[in-house]
Amino acid sequence: MTTETIFAGFGGQGVLFAGKLLAYLGLNQDKQVSWLPSYGPEMRGGTANCSVCLSDSPIGSPYVTEPDVLIAMNGPSYDKFIESVKPGGIAIIDSTLVTKECTRTDIHSFRIPSTALAAEHGLPGMANIILVGKLLKETGIAVIDAVRPTLEKLIPPKKANLIEANMKALAIGMAL
Amino acid sequence: MERNLMKGNEALAEAAIRAGCKCFFGYPITPQTEISAYMAKRMPKVGGVFLQAESEVAAINMVYGCASSGVRCMTSSSSPGISLKSEGVSYMAGSDLPCVIVNVMRGGPGLGGIQPSQSDYWQATRALGHGDFQILVFAPSTVQEMADYMEKAFDLADKYRMPAMILADGLLGQMMEPVTFRSDEIRHPDPADKPWATNGHGNKRKHNIVNSLYLQAEELEELVVQRFKRYEIVKSELHEAECYRTEDADIVVAAYGSVARLAKSAVDSARDAGIKAGLVRPITLWPFPEQEVKAACKNAKRVLCVEMSMGQMIEDVKLALDCRLPVDFYGRTGGVIPKPSAILEQIKILNEKGAE
Amino acid sequence: MPEFRKPHALTDVPFHYCPGCTHGIVHRLVAEVIDEMGIEGDTIGICPVGCSVMAYDYFNCDMIEAAHGRAPAVATGVKRGNPDKFVFTYQGDGDLAAIGTAETVHAATRGENITVIFINNTTYGMTGGQMAPTTLPGQVTQTTPYGRNPEVEGYPVRVCEMLATLSGVALAERVTVTDPANIRKAKAAIRKGFEFQKNKQGFSIIEVLSTCPTNWGMSPVEALSWLKENMVPYYPLGVFKEGAVR
Repeated sequence: MTTETIFAGFGGQGVLFAGKLLAYLGLNQDKQVSWLPSYGPEMRGGTANCSVCLSDSPIGSPYVTEPDVLIAMNGPSYDKFIESVKPGGIAIIDSTLVTKECTRTDIHSFRIPSTALAAEHGLPGMANIILVGKLLKETGIAVIDAVRPTLEKLIPPKKANLIEANMKALAIGMAL
Repeated sequence: MERNLMKGNEALAEAAIRAGCKCFFGYPITPQTEISAYMAKRMPKVGGVFLQAESEVAAINMVYGCASSGVRCMTSSSSPGISLKSEGVSYMAGSDLPCVIVNVMRGGPGLGGIQPSQSDYWQATRALGHGDFQILVFAPSTVQEMADYMEKAFDLADKYRMPAMILADGLLGQMMEPVTFRSDEIRHPDPADKPWATNGHGNKRKHNIVNSLYLQAEELEELVVQRFKRYEIVKSELHEAECYRTEDADIVVAAYGSVARLAKSAVDSARDAGIKAGLVRPITLWPFPEQEVKAACKNAKRVLCVEMSMGQMIEDVKLALDCRLPVDFYGRTGGVIPKPSAILEQIKILNEKGAE
Repeated sequence: MPEFRKPHALTDVPFHYCPGCTHGIVHRLVAEVIDEMGIEGDTIGICPVGCSVMAYDYFNCDMIEAAHGRAPAVATGVKRGNPDKFVFTYQGDGDLAAIGTAETVHAATRGENITVIFINNTTYGMTGGQMAPTTLPGQVTQTTPYGRNPEVEGYPVRVCEMLATLSGVALAERVTVTDPANIRKAKAAIRKGFEFQKNKQGFSIIEVLSTCPTNWGMSPVEALSWLKENMVPYYPLGVFKEGAVR
């Protein structure tokens, strides 16, 4: 069983971090994992994306071209990747920034106003984590209790105060 | 042992430190800069040296000096930077010095691009500098192998007294995967194993000289001939490749490094579609694993070489097969990553064609 | 009565240098300093590309032959891996101030704890007398057959003055070896450079104004006079910087 995910959005929205969180969740479950970022000028304000694979067997291509799951956090990313989602796959879309309605009927699409929700709940910059919460709910990759130890590993001690905020954002996403 | 999730570049750096690399000399260039950044952070904590040089040329010459003194040391760069280092690599080969050089390849020629590429295969295996010489070239394809072959590269560079290269690409350098290190201990190679080193004779021996200048043609010829005899020993002892589902394969894909992973996915898809496909993945690019490639293709009707270049390794594949099998090529270049689905398409086309 | 002997730090291999060339004197001064400090077993020398390319055969300490201009980088590599050893480079003007300018300037500004012996004879001797970065205005060489014209070939580099502006430099001194008094001063400067290194004070460079009778087309005596009359006015002798960096 392999789950291939693409996280895509603007640089600064935390798509690479969201991908890392998923990869670490897989690592803690003793799965085979890979995380492959786009790199270069994209990191400095353009569009950024990363491919994450979780699998029970060794991972061949870490470069995801037909994702099982797409998280799209802006219009250009949505346009670039929506057609590549596997039939039967999942698309989780930040509807605050992606105005287009999803027209694909062969996938499960969820429009979540995560940027607005993050602002509403006083969690600026956590729209990405809200979407990860939704991803966990829809895929069942991990339960929320498994996330805390992963966050503790991923977030450096001097930013430990962010762990609670991340947990709160995840809970919002999982409740949707 | 703990599984660490690390970038390929970071795994290379950490493995080098654990292999006893004491000095790192580098210059920033995408997509390998994480190696420098990691070294800058870690080296001072383990009593090692990180130094950002003023140029690629200076960095490789610092390696030359440091290696001359018998200290394990390395440098890393990406394609355009490696071209600049070729002077120092040639001098090191001519002076029989060990070191490790990392090339995290990006698209070329010229300034090229910064996306993954394999277009420096010829440079690494044929001509990384002027003169008659070879260097060891290892092509890992996972982050775990980045760590494993880094350690091996140091050991074999010392054993054969020649530079060794880890030939990776932007995809391998930037991706994260779990990696387990062989040991938590940092190794301390015995300086006594390098009696040729210029580290001060301490009034205990005659002075050592590290040099590649020989003005008498016959003397230089003899040294080069002796070096090539050593290369023959290296060839007989070092040749590694992975064979995957090749036993009964009609179509064998030949690919190395990150592309081999993409090809492996394509091979699995081909098998699912009822095509007998397999993969042979050279791990040592010099020496090229001729026997392994030949054995992997023993039942094949056709071979497909896949690279992120216009086709460079394909020549070694053809030579290994004595040109007895048709070898086709599929590649993307300039930093474009070939899709597994596109490789699968090629496999299907070749399967249709069948034997020649 | 002291006996005149070859310094221990020099091997018995006869120098290949031309008659009247001052390389032999400078080699001897470096070797005497190594002997007097008792550091032969702890010293690694780096040779350049140029006339002194085979200096590795002449010094009894461990020696490394560097690529053209790279000696300061090679020395950096040796020193960083072996901080308690003495490391010196021996370089000519083409090596140090043309093809190796970047390596020289950056080793200096890093305060690399090495000693650089810089032979300035205003010409590429090994390749037969072409223009060097230190060739004087008007000076005829193989590649400036009508004399160096600053409007075409630019101006000579004053290396010590340039390096003296860098914070990492502990010693920048220009000397010559035209007569016994100056030879003694040159030796004192070289000794000072090695002492600075011993005390981990940073980068030291001793520039030695030298002659090349063969390529200048002069007798050794004429060459010494030419040096004094033409080089010293452009390249004044003296200390341009001296002081502990660290």
